[in-house]
Amino acid sequence: MFLSIELATIIEKLILIVIVVMGSLVVAMYTTFAERKVAGWLQDRPGPNRAGPFGMFQPLADGLKLFFKEEIIPNFSSKALFVMGPALAMMTAIMTSAVIPWGDKVHLFDRDISLQIADINIGILYVFGVVSLGVYGIMIGAWASNNKYSLMGGLRAASQIISYELAMGISIIALLMFTGTLSLKEMVLQQQAGHWNIIYQPLGFLIFIICAFAECNRTPFDLAEAESELIGGYHTEYSSMKLGFYLFAEYINMFISSAVMASLYFGGYDVPFFNEAAHADMGNWLALIGLGAFLIKIVIFIFIFMWVRWTVPRFRYDQLMHLGWRILIPLALFNMLATGAAILYFGK
Amino acid sequence: MGITTISFILLSLMAVGSGIMMILSKNPVNSILWLIVLFFAISGHYILLNAQFLAIVNIIVYAGAIMVLFLFVVMLMNLNAESEPAKNHRLQLIAIISGGSLLLILLSAIMTVKEAHPVMVAAGNAGLIKTLGKVLFTDYVLPFEISSVLFLSAMVGAVVIGKKD
Repeated sequence: MFLSIELATIIEKLILIVIVVMGSLVVAMYTTFAERKVAGWLQDRPGPNRAGPFGMFQPLADGLKLFFKEEIIPNFSSKALFVMGPALAMMTAIMTSAVIPWGDKVHLFDRDISLQIADINIGILYVFGVVSLGVYGIMIGAWASNNKYSLMGGLRAASQIISYELAMGISIIALLMFTGTLSLKEMVLQQQAGHWNIIYQPLGFLIFIICAFAECNRTPFDLAEAESELIGGYHTEYSSMKLGFYLFAEYINMFISSAVMASLYFGGYDVPFFNEAAHADMGNWLALIGLGAFLIKIVIFIFIFMWVRWTVPRFRYDQLMHLGWRILIPLALFNMLATGAAILYFGK
Repeated sequence: MGITTISFILLSLMAVGSGIMMILSKNPVNSILWLIVLFFAISGHYILLNAQFLAIVNIIVYAGAIMVLFLFVVMLMNLNAESEPAKNHRLQLIAIISGGSLLLILLSAIMTVKEAHPVMVAAGNAGLIKTLGKVLFTDYVLPFEISSVLFLSAMVGAVVIGKKD
């Protein structure tokens, strides 16, 4: 029976799940703060600085404010779906964290605890599947609002995510041809000792990061909520914490996609210029250092997300489709062909 | 009763229940959402059979892409019970007869199965990506290549249509 699991493993995984989910929530909370600080910095103004030292408690104040706002459910909306929308957005945002290898093994209580919730052998496909489900939260919420602007936003989100999924999938195929595995853990292990995939797949990474921006609905691709044309896009009718969930899900998505990019292309928890194998006697500290390196890589990616948001203006919708279908897909196909040819010529 | 049997029963209940709900829903959007639940139940069955690749591909292709397009179309046309033209009784009668004969054929097919394997667990690894890949690239290489050419041409076609503004 392959489903029989011992009790200790269940407890261990439960604790790990709680830590990872709570961790991503806290990180997302402070990402909202960091976003406003970075925006202030790029626009030469101080940013939030009133609540606590350096405005540290701003996210708490924001959260409290959202909780105390009046909650409005429009009369003509289908209520169950209206509530389901933000819940689904949040759920799909958090689900991806299950397969990310946050670090190496930790030795505690005479047990080797892997800092990864589930090392399934189809890890990258799981990420891809959950990402493709992410659009439902937006679409269902948009449709249930019974508002033309919301519906437009939802339809835009759907066509945008489907279009960019294609290029993303093809760029991942090139990576898979190179690594020969679907498990994120194994990909990270292959990249130890500085052989990061970015060296071999620069074009693939470029396509992947552009698609990640589009899948997260981040500027310059946030057409689903383009304020200048659609008021608030898919969340026009939302208020209080339901709106908060939508906004928050975006930041969690950003955090998780940064983690995916760091583990696919930038070595995951591999510390650059540091030979882990030679310092095996450090035990748990080694795993913690790895975790720290991974988090630093994630923070750098999140900063890039913000940097682009406050630098590049929003695309027009036809420009978005043009970029997705006529530039990224042919480029991704070329990248796949070139990778195949290189593997054939040089061998693995 | 082992955990596999319990999950098999739960998943089957989920599949049949969501299938019935999909047919009974008045609103087409709700029908689509129940159909998505049904796909999840089927993916759960694939996982019980140790076919993780099939399970996740089922979700990516059906729940993640095809159903999004369905939802897209239904939302864009704003289909619902009020705007639906009333079907006349002759059409309904014909639909009942054809649906009933399909049910008869399916029932007879099920009845003729001699040996039933309600739950076949984990013994096979036919659904794992390694096995599947080997079979696809040896025994079924020609159909596989033909279908991949078909997919590539569909993709190129989409790009070409996009080019004609």
